[in-house]
Amino acid sequence: MVLQSSLKNCLQLSCIFRTPKAGFRSTTTGGLIIQSISHDVYQNLAVEDWIHDHMNLENRPVLFLWRNSPAVVIGRHQNPWQECNLRLMRQKNIKLARRRSGGGTVYHDLGNINLTFFTTRKKYERMENLKLVVKALKGLRPQLDVHVTDRYDILLDRQYKISGTAAKLGGTAAYHHCTLLCNADKFVLSSVLRSPYRGLKSNATPSVPASVKNLFEEDPSLTCEMLLDAIAEEYAAQHQIDHHISLINPADETMLPGINNKTKELQTWEWVYGRTPKFSISTCFNLVYQDSVLDVKVDMDVKHGRIEVCNIDLPEQWLPPALCSELVKSLTGSKFCPNETTALTTTLPRVCPQDSELHSRWNLLCENMTMLM
Amino acid sequence: VCIHRVRSCSSIRFIKSKYVCVFDKSALKFSHQQRLFRTSAVSCGQIVQFKLSDIGEGITEVTVKEWYIKEGDSVSQFDNICEVQSDKASVTITSRYDGIIRKLHYNLDEIACVGKPLVDIEIDASKGLASEEDVVETPPVSHEEHTHQEIKGLKTLATPAVRRLAMENNIKLSEVVGTGKDKRILKEDILNYLAKQTGAILPPSPKAEIMPPLPKSETVPAAPKDKAHKIPVPVFRPIVFSGKDKTEPITGFHKTMVKTMSAALKIPHFGYSDEVDLTQLVQLREELKPLAQIRGVKLSFMPFFIKAASLGLLQYPILNASLDESCKNVTYKASHNIGVAMDTEQGLIVPNVKNVQVCSVFEIASELNRLKSLGSTGQLGTNDLNGGTFTLSNIGTVGGTYAKAVILPPEVAIGALGKIQVLPRFNGKGEVFQAQIMNVSWSADHRIIDGATMARFSNLWKSYLENPASMLLDLK
Repeated sequence: MVLQSSLKNCLQLSCIFRTPKAGFRSTTTGGLIIQSISHDVYQNLAVEDWIHDHMNLENRPVLFLWRNSPAVVIGRHQNPWQECNLRLMRQKNIKLARRRSGGGTVYHDLGNINLTFFTTRKKYERMENLKLVVKALKGLRPQLDVHVTDRYDILLDRQYKISGTAAKLGGTAAYHHCTLLCNADKFVLSSVLRSPYRGLKSNATPSVPASVKNLFEEDPSLTCEMLLDAIAEEYAAQHQIDHHISLINPADETMLPGINNKTKELQTWEWVYGRTPKFSISTCFNLVYQDSVLDVKVDMDVKHGRIEVCNIDLPEQWLPPALCSELVKSLTGSKFCPNETTALTTTLPRVCPQDSELHSRWNLLCENMTMLM
Repeated sequence: VCIHRVRSCSSIRFIKSKYVCVFDKSALKFSHQQRLFRTSAVSCGQIVQFKLSDIGEGITEVTVKEWYIKEGDSVSQFDNICEVQSDKASVTITSRYDGIIRKLHYNLDEIACVGKPLVDIEIDASKGLASEEDVVETPPVSHEEHTHQEIKGLKTLATPAVRRLAMENNIKLSEVVGTGKDKRILKEDILNYLAKQTGAILPPSPKAEIMPPLPKSETVPAAPKDKAHKIPVPVFRPIVFSGKDKTEPITGFHKTMVKTMSAALKIPHFGYSDEVDLTQLVQLREELKPLAQIRGVKLSFMPFFIKAASLGLLQYPILNASLDESCKNVTYKASHNIGVAMDTEQGLIVPNVKNVQVCSVFEIASELNRLKSLGSTGQLGTNDLNGGTFTLSNIGTVGGTYAKAVILPPEVAIGALGKIQVLPRFNGKGEVFQAQIMNVSWSADHRIIDGATMARFSNLWKSYLENPASMLLDLK
């Protein structure tokens, strides 16, 4: 059975996670399979952090199964402006998370399953894990044409990517996680993973775009639950442990002490946006104002998500130079964030002459500046 | 601190050799080495090249993505040094030594080779014993046991030197409380543990109390000699507060506050406060709440306050005006764009409801819902934030009764609403009844607003709210 939510399981798990006075039950020697009851991407990423930092994985590897409500997850060293359509995501209320492992950007929703294989650093072996997944899939549906590439992707029918991989190695622990597309919304996926921002120059790790397909499209009888169960069964068989999935609650501080702090940290602006490697923007846009079209050129350097250097090239005298320099001064040091920029740019008109013509030009310029973020 | 460590360490050795017949030869050798270090130690330490260790999977090259330290920083063992990336795997490299970073061999985004030096660390010879693992013979226990000591499934963090100390004194690391980073067990923790366990660990002997002074032949530094032979007692260090002042630049929302409030300072404010009996309004809202809910709108008190203010502004338009820079002209604004102060995660923001003079209470409520949800997700647009002419601040939802609000230029008035309290009041018959009382504090620009105008506006606003039915007469 896939989901066993009896109290007994929770108790059994709490013995493992807490500073145990008791020893270990025999079912947990050799491995452990756990599944998150939460669909919050930050909570689930925090669980990965927690296991990596606190669990002793010597001879006790862990398989963690999780799914998220709509979110875009970027790699540790990536640039969200380069990777996804932040504007669209804000409108659709799709969260943005930065994980601690490397690799590229992925879209999660409830039609996608995530698998994390925890081992000691010595036992870190991505190919083995992916072969396990392929074996489980083939065991479930022998006619599926799935195989692992040397880039650690899983391809369906030799051309469609159904799984992407990333990994994190720490002091003594390591984890390898991957996605698996069962029934995700491909339309939303392709629209949010297309960046509208132009003129970005950065050394951040770029994603490699790929054509994707859902397993559901190949075989409509497949569901996420079936895939999770098949993979857990294969893992259990290979590690000679019970095929038993324990549920964990990523908000449970008693079972996972310190987890809420980890969740909070993953949600901070400083982590999600502020960790972006230094990049620069060099772009231009048109302002349409009273039958004339004006060219505006903008150059900005962004470090730690904040505007370090800002340069705006406007047609002469379209706005008083004092006001322009005031705008540049305000933006310098501020977050490269539309919310903050809007707050700043709507404040400045309060303290300058109340001229409606001036104000409408100002608003037009500032709205366009905000669109760059 | 380091002197204390060394001192106590040598005292343990002393006790051991006095009261335990068989002592570990390696321990003697160990302290002998230590003395050598001490006598030869000068200010500069030993530079060790910390090489990039094997990542696994046959990887030979990685890209350095982030440095956590810079040249000149001091590091402890297990501190994060840098983050490297190889083929979708992100690896955190931690320090094996305590010391000072002297050289970074790579810049950001450069390729680093496995097995080649990553950083140079200067190990301070007179400091911690972590460096000695390179120089001293390890006691005859397998390396595996030390580095991966499993205590009931949780790793105990401790340097090999600390582990050795514990082992020599028959202390179980699981019973020691670690006070270092990540609950790491430090040497002080072992010593404190020992001090508490003096009776249990050392063989009981009456002679333990009386300790003869150390003979001069022992090579112990002159200054701490007196303390060296006593039983280690927890030293009561004076409580030192090690917090440091932190200076950071003002950015973002705080910057906007600085600008706005500095400009507001030029406005000569005067205040006027009053209390409003909202008993009838509370009842009315209770009746109307479910109706609004059916239409999908959450109804608070604010829509009523806002609409009443607009009705008042129709009678006293000077409160919805703006004074120009030179203070020569007053502009009476036609639209009542009433701002509502909103407290968001990033700070104070004031969106406004446009043209309240032509909006119904329900429309105002609906617009407030929209602005609130945009405000909480950080999506308020320029249009929502521009063009305000009059502001209300409902600080009462957070707390407080009276407040002195600061006018937001180019406006000339602002109202701060306190919390609604149930208080005893007298009615017309001289009886005491339960009244729902809220205080309002107005601030206005005394250059063009006088006290009487403010008072009359406030009275009118108050009368609409105390008797909501009267609003019907003047609603447009």
